[in-house]
Amino acid sequence: MMRAVVIVALIGPVIAGLIGVALPAIGYFPAIGRVDWGLEAFRDVIAWQGFGPAARLSVFTGLAATALSIIVSFFLLAALTGNGQKRLRLYLGPMLALPHAAVGFAIVFLIDPTGIVSRLIAQLVGWSRPPDVAIIGDPWGLSLILGLVVKEIPFLLFMALAALPPLAAFQRIKACKALGYGQMAAWIYAVAIPLYRAIRMPVFLVLAYSMTVVDMAIILGPTTPPTLSVQIVKWMASPDLNVRMVAAAGAIVQLLLVLAVFAIWLLIETVAKQLILRSAKMGYRIPRLGAASLRVGRFVRYFPVLFVCFLGILLLWSFAGFWSFPNLMPDGLTTRVWDQEAGGLTSALSNAAVIGICVAGVSTLCAIAVLESGKRVAPYLLFVPLIVPQVAFLLGLQVFMIHIGVRSGMAAVMFVHFVFVMPYVLLTLQGAYDGYDRRYDRVAAALGRSYWVILWRVRLPILIAPIISAFAVGFAVSVAQYLPTLLIGGGRVATITTDAVALASGGDRRVIASYALLQAIAAVGPLLIAAVLPYALWRNRKGLRHA
Amino acid sequence: MKLSTFGAVFMAPTIAFAETDPADWDAIAQTANGQTVYWNAWGGSTSTNAFIEWVGQRVAEDYGVTLEHVKLSDTADAVSRVLSEKQTGQDTGGAIDMIWINGSNFAAMKDADLLFGPFATDLPNWAYVDIDGKTVETDFTVPTEGYESPWAMAQVVFMYDTADMEPVGSMQELLDWAVAHPGRFTYPQPPDFLGTTFLKQALVDLIDDPAVLAQPVTEELYDEVTLPLWTWLEALTPNLWRGGEIYPQTGPAQLQLIADNAVDLAISFSPGEASTAIANSQLPDTVRTFVLDKGTIGNASFVAIPYNSDATEGAMVVANFLLSPEAQIRAQDPNVLGYGTVLDMAKLSDEDAEAFGALDLGVATLSPAELGTVQDEPHPSWMTRIAEDWQDRFGVR
Repeated sequence: MMRAVVIVALIGPVIAGLIGVALPAIGYFPAIGRVDWGLEAFRDVIAWQGFGPAARLSVFTGLAATALSIIVSFFLLAALTGNGQKRLRLYLGPMLALPHAAVGFAIVFLIDPTGIVSRLIAQLVGWSRPPDVAIIGDPWGLSLILGLVVKEIPFLLFMALAALPPLAAFQRIKACKALGYGQMAAWIYAVAIPLYRAIRMPVFLVLAYSMTVVDMAIILGPTTPPTLSVQIVKWMASPDLNVRMVAAAGAIVQLLLVLAVFAIWLLIETVAKQLILRSAKMGYRIPRLGAASLRVGRFVRYFPVLFVCFLGILLLWSFAGFWSFPNLMPDGLTTRVWDQEAGGLTSALSNAAVIGICVAGVSTLCAIAVLESGKRVAPYLLFVPLIVPQVAFLLGLQVFMIHIGVRSGMAAVMFVHFVFVMPYVLLTLQGAYDGYDRRYDRVAAALGRSYWVILWRVRLPILIAPIISAFAVGFAVSVAQYLPTLLIGGGRVATITTDAVALASGGDRRVIASYALLQAIAAVGPLLIAAVLPYALWRNRKGLRHA
Repeated sequence: MKLSTFGAVFMAPTIAFAETDPADWDAIAQTANGQTVYWNAWGGSTSTNAFIEWVGQRVAEDYGVTLEHVKLSDTADAVSRVLSEKQTGQDTGGAIDMIWINGSNFAAMKDADLLFGPFATDLPNWAYVDIDGKTVETDFTVPTEGYESPWAMAQVVFMYDTADMEPVGSMQELLDWAVAHPGRFTYPQPPDFLGTTFLKQALVDLIDDPAVLAQPVTEELYDEVTLPLWTWLEALTPNLWRGGEIYPQTGPAQLQLIADNAVDLAISFSPGEASTAIANSQLPDTVRTFVLDKGTIGNASFVAIPYNSDATEGAMVVANFLLSPEAQIRAQDPNVLGYGTVLDMAKLSDEDAEAFGALDLGVATLSPAELGTVQDEPHPSWMTRIAEDWQDRFGVR
């Protein structure tokens, strides 16, 4: 029952939105007097000169960012001991909380030819002008990939840490080590494959997200041409209403492209799995990787450094007076931007918090209810709201919601946030539930405990870390939503994120920095709590602390 | 049959009728009291946002109208909102009560019958508007016919760093300078409105008789008229910042490039922008502005009211307040906005005219005399074609 409700709530809006987008794509758009069924809009998409490069760019950045993120995450996890994991859990919250846009801007402020790194070099070699080279917006999308990787590694690690406890990884590794394998080999053979299985859905999300991301691609990606998703947004924003039909067709093409890349990824998965299994069967001990992994493992220590760099550069810019190249510090510090923006910030922050708490709370409760019913929501169903390019499906949805009489406002925004938040929450929890060792239940039942007692005293306490993680992830996802808030809220629901993006178009680094900083802070609180809280709750449950 | 249900949705009646008589101002002011007006306006500039907040305070005091600024990153978002409301037959109670608009967004909305009006000429403060001297009754050559009310004048100026260069007098001289100083000029990437404005400005300056641009574009004329522009751009592009591989995405993004000493010259559509940016420490204080010898393009910013707004009276009150000498003086103050006024000094009371005269326009702002000839915007169809062509020629490398 619960599952059916959730599925309808997730899939219904997508179907409505897709129909709202598919009709204009195939020529039906009566609002502007166009009723000429056909594939003309698709021909326009393909006839766009940038189509080939833009599509290639989307595919390349998606695959490269995902593959890199997984490899680095797994290396990190493999190299971590129990203490390292504890440390990682603490560090991850803040890294994860940083919204994509905020990370993008921080990366620009750091590595652009006018950024801090370039200024340091300039001091040494005496440049008076920044070098005229394309680092941000390079034609291969490398800086975009960098930005995505910086954001997706914490996401994958977070998902992996939530899924690890039930896998009994340390026992498995111990067993392998007893057989004479090194840390790295033991991890790869005994943990990597079951862990990957547990976080497979998050991996596909990363893949779909990396291909269709808009905000980060605008900030870090190339512009001649941009990625396909950015181009769709541009078409959507064209004052010539006929171009909306091209945008709609572009959205459908983007969807097909994502599906095609999924097929490629399935192939990559199979090959990687076969390689690992074959290597395991041969008893290969992977000697060289051992030393390398330890070095990578140390990288975790630098997470806080990276985090401080990101926030620090945003903080500095938000207070900066005039700040010319190649000076390392601004000419002066001023609170001008903070004073100017103080008024709007309060309501924007509180709106975001109210929406985030309600949506993440309801989502977490729904997820527990669904999972407790013993049923699973087929992953591909959860996927649907996340792989459809947001901008397209939302415009269709907007049309639909207005039609059924849903007025713009907080409630409508919360509902549409739920569509995007619920899958993440369910995915976070589903892996943990699947990995949960049912023998605990059986032992408790054998001791005569009822279902509710077992749920309350055994299952929920064991699963409390993933549950809190799920809530925190949901909150962060909600806070970062831009297009859903803007479109479904009719612009009347202003959150810190909608304001931040609106101001970003103005290009004043001080304003961008101040909003990006506050956006990060809005999301960082719950995630910090999610990282720390389980340890407080497990005061009296020693066994779980090492799980 | 599912399809036919949706068909009905899209076909829903779209006829709107106004219950408000724009001419009966007393009734309007009375009805406006207590209304909330959602003004959808570009939110990319802190100084504009602060000005709109002030407008909100003033109309609340004088008329009991609550003004909410919906900060847009792109005005087209508001256009699509009204469009989807019309698609679904939501002909009353629309989410948007007023839009800061001009150019092709206005043309598109007017064309699709998405606007309330005519109302502009019925506003009491319309009496002060400089109808003869400023292009307030046409918007990119499209007659406004009272469907939008002007509130600020804009004119192209070039911001340049006096530490690095001298002003140039024409687009040809600009090219010569760029060739001699490669990598030190760029412009916002079309279809950003300032980017397309730069293309229009180049075209207007490069051809002998810009009058042809006032008419809608025709196939016979297009290639011949725009040829000088493409030749000029072919020569300019390799000498742009980043070799034309990357462009700034918005106008204000250029300010940062000047501040970083990456470029020395940038286009602006607001004569006061440089002064305001210097005051906000976004630009070095060595920046000044210039216009071309033959003059530069100018246009007006307007506000329009969607056909399905429930607060048309409140929106008209705000539009009227924006035309008041009080609001116009504040908007022209470079410490606030630095936008040009739409009012005719001769029609104002002596006191108000003096207040305008007493404004210190700022170090980098040209006086009205120095701003010189204002050239007309080409018909929007030219801009659409040129932006598309630019996309094909330079937007994909």
